Amino acid sequence: MNEIIFTVGLIVIQSVALLVALLIVTAFLLYADRKVWAAVQMRRGPNVVGPWGLLQSFADLLKFVFKEVIIPDGANKGVFIIAPLVTALLSLAAWAVIPLDEGWAIADLNVGILYLLAISSLGVYGVIMGGWASNSKYPFLSALRAAAQMVSYEVSIGFVIITVLLCVGSLNLTAIVKSQETGLATLIGLPWLAFLNWYWLPLLPMFIIFFVSALAETNRPPFDLGEAESELVAGFMVEYSSTPYLLFMLGEYIAIILMCAMTTILFLGGWLPPIDIWPLNLVPGVIWFLAKLCFVFFMFAMVKAIVPRYRYDQLMRLGWKVFLPISLFWVALTAGVLVTFGWLP
Amino acid sequence: MTMTAEADIRNFTINFGPQHPAAHGVLRLVLELDGEVVTRVDPHIGLLHRGTEKLIEHKTYLQAVPYFDRLDYVAPMNQEHAFALATERLLGITVPKRGQLIRVLYSEIGRLLSHLLNVTTQAMDVGALTPPLWGFEEREKLMVFYERASGSRMHAAYVRPGGVHQDLPQALIDDIWTFCEHHNKVLDDIEGLLTDNRIFKQRNVDIGVVKLEDCFAWGFSGVMVRGSGAAWDLRKAQPYECYDELDFDIPIGKNGDCYDRYLIRMEEMRQSVRIMKQCIEKLNSAEGKTLISSMDGKVVPPKRPEMKRSMEALIHHFKLYTEGYKVPAGEVYAAVEAPKGEFGVYLVSDGTNKPYRCKIRAPGFAHLQAMDFMCRGHMLADVSAVLGSLDIVFGEVDR
Repeated sequence: MNEIIFTVGLIVIQSVALLVALLIVTAFLLYADRKVWAAVQMRRGPNVVGPWGLLQSFADLLKFVFKEVIIPDGANKGVFIIAPLVTALLSLAAWAVIPLDEGWAIADLNVGILYLLAISSLGVYGVIMGGWASNSKYPFLSALRAAAQMVSYEVSIGFVIITVLLCVGSLNLTAIVKSQETGLATLIGLPWLAFLNWYWLPLLPMFIIFFVSALAETNRPPFDLGEAESELVAGFMVEYSSTPYLLFMLGEYIAIILMCAMTTILFLGGWLPPIDIWPLNLVPGVIWFLAKLCFVFFMFAMVKAIVPRYRYDQLMRLGWKVFLPISLFWVALTAGVLVTFGWLP
Repeated sequence: MTMTAEADIRNFTINFGPQHPAAHGVLRLVLELDGEVVTRVDPHIGLLHRGTEKLIEHKTYLQAVPYFDRLDYVAPMNQEHAFALATERLLGITVPKRGQLIRVLYSEIGRLLSHLLNVTTQAMDVGALTPPLWGFEEREKLMVFYERASGSRMHAAYVRPGGVHQDLPQALIDDIWTFCEHHNKVLDDIEGLLTDNRIFKQRNVDIGVVKLEDCFAWGFSGVMVRGSGAAWDLRKAQPYECYDELDFDIPIGKNGDCYDRYLIRMEEMRQSVRIMKQCIEKLNSAEGKTLISSMDGKVVPPKRPEMKRSMEALIHHFKLYTEGYKVPAGEVYAAVEAPKGEFGVYLVSDGTNKPYRCKIRAPGFAHLQAMDFMCRGHMLADVSAVLGSLDIVFGEVDR
C-alpha cells in the first residue's frame, strides 16, 4: 500500500515539476517567437515589461486571466467552455512520454509513439468543438478547414514515424534516441561526429516532410488556415476571449513545442551531444535536448515570418498528392533497404 | 405542414467586412459561398461617404484643395494635382517649369507611397506578414518628404491651382536624391521575399484574370488595364506637366492576373525612381531655377516680403483668402495617372468664386464594381487576393 502511495506521489511530483518547467519554457519561447518575428520585420518586439521585455508573457497571462469571460448568446455554453480545455489538456498530456534526458520521461511507455499519435489526433476536437459551439460563421468554416487539414497531415506524419520506427525497431521514445548513438558516423569510423549518426541525414526527405507536416499539424503559417486572418478573421477563436482564449493559445504553443520535441527525438538525436568529444559530452543531456528544441522552434518562428499562406485546396493537394505518395514511397524504400541488407533491428 | 424529404439547401452567406482585417478599410462584401467556392460577391459601399463633391460646391477653389487629400489618402498629392490641372485649364494659366518639376516629383513620390502600401498589403492578404513592415519603413521616409515640403505628412494641400505652395529647400532635394539611390535595394528585398516565392505565386498566378475587353467594358484604368496588356498610361498618352520630357517605360502584363498586377506595380516603382532622379537633375540645372507658381496675382497669393512692401499685394492676399478668385464660366475634364488609375476631375464653373459642380472620377470605384465578375467561381481566400490586387482605398471609392 505504501509503495503505491509512494509511486503515485512520485509521479504527481514529477508531473507538477514537468508542467511548471514546461509552462515557463513556453512563456519564454512565446517571447522568443515574437522577438524573432519582430526582428525579421525590423521592429523591436516586446521590450517594455521587465528587462528586454522578458516578462511580457507573464503580463499577457495576467491580462487574460483578469478579463471577463464573454460567452456569446447563441453559443452552446458547455461545449464552448470545454473546447479550449480539451486543446490545452491534450497538448499538456502528450508531454508525459517525452524523454528530456536518459530516463527523464515521466512515463517511459514502450508504445510512447502510439500514445503521442493518439493524443495529437484528439487535438483537433478542441478546434472542432470551439468552432461549432461558437454558433458563428467564421468559426464554423474554420473548424471545417482545421478538421480536414489536421486529418490530412496526420497521415503523412504517421508514415514518417513508421519509417523511423522501422530503423529503430521499437515504439519507445527512449529507444529511438538510443538507437541514434550509432549510425553513419560510426560506419565511416569517425564516432565523435555524432550528429551524423542521427536520422536526419539518412532519412533527410522524411525529416523535411516531418517538419512541414508538423507546421500543418500545429496550424502554423503557411498552413494556418484555421485562423487565416485575411479570410476568416481569427477562425475558431473569433468568439473567444480572456482565459478560454488563453487556453487555446497555450494549447497551440505547447503543441508546437511538442512537435519541436518530436523532431528532436526522431531526427536530431534527442539528448545526445552533436559532437562527442570532451567537454561537450559532459554537458547534461537535457541541455542538449533544450538547445535542439530551441533550434527547431527558431525554424518554426522563421517560417512564420517569411511565408505567405496556402489556399485551402492547395493545402489539401500538398498533403494528399505530394506528401502522402512521397512518404509512402520512402516507407517502402526504407523497409526494402533494411530487409535487403539485413539491417533490420 | 408537410414534411419534405429534402431540406432546403441554402448557400452559406458571410459578411466580409466592414470590420475585417482584409477589407482594406470599410468595405463590406456579402459573400455567398458554396463550400469554399464563392458564388456571388455583393459589395456594399458608402460607409465612408462624406459628401466631398457637394462640399466642394460650397468652397472656393483654394478651399477645395484639401478635400482631394482625403480621397485617396495613400497618395494625396496626386489627387490635388488633378484638381489643380482642371482649375488651371479653366483659368488659362500655366505653371512655370520648376513648379511642374516639383509636381511631377511629388506625384511620383505619391505613386511610390501608394504602390508600396498596395504591393505589401497584397502580400499580407495572402498571408505574408513581413513585407508590409518593410514597406512602411520606406513609406515613413517618403511621408517625411511630404512633411518637409508641405508641413503635413498626409494631407498636404501643397499642389494648388497655379503651382505649388512653397519652394523646396535644396537640402530636401538632396535627401530625396539619396533616397532614390537606395530605394531600389529595398524593392529588391521585398521582391526577394515575394516574386519567386512558390506560395505567393500559387496564390496569385491565374487568380482574378481580366481580359482586355473586359477591362474596357468595366471602365478599368491604370495598373488594372496595363496588367491585361494595354500600354495605356495618361503620362504617355496625354502628357501633362513635363512628363513628355522625361524618359520612362510603361510595364505591361500578359495574363491580367493578380501576379501580373503585382509585378507591374513593382516595376512602376522602379520607373518612378527613374523619373524622380530626372526631375531632381532638372531641378538642380538652370532650367529648373524658375518660379514655382504662376505670376498671376489674381490666382496665386503674393509672397510674404512683398506684402510688407506693396499695397496691391496686401489687397490681393486679402481678397484671395476671403473671396477667392473667380473662374471663367465653362467646363473641363482633367485627369492624371494616379497610382490607382485614371483620376479625373470634371469641373463646371458658372463664373463665380466657387465651382458649380465638381465630379470626381475615382479609379477605385470602377475597379470595385467588378468584384463580383472577378471573384465568382474562385475560393474564399482568393477574394482577399483579388481585393488586394485591385488597390482599393475607400476615401476615393466612397468620396
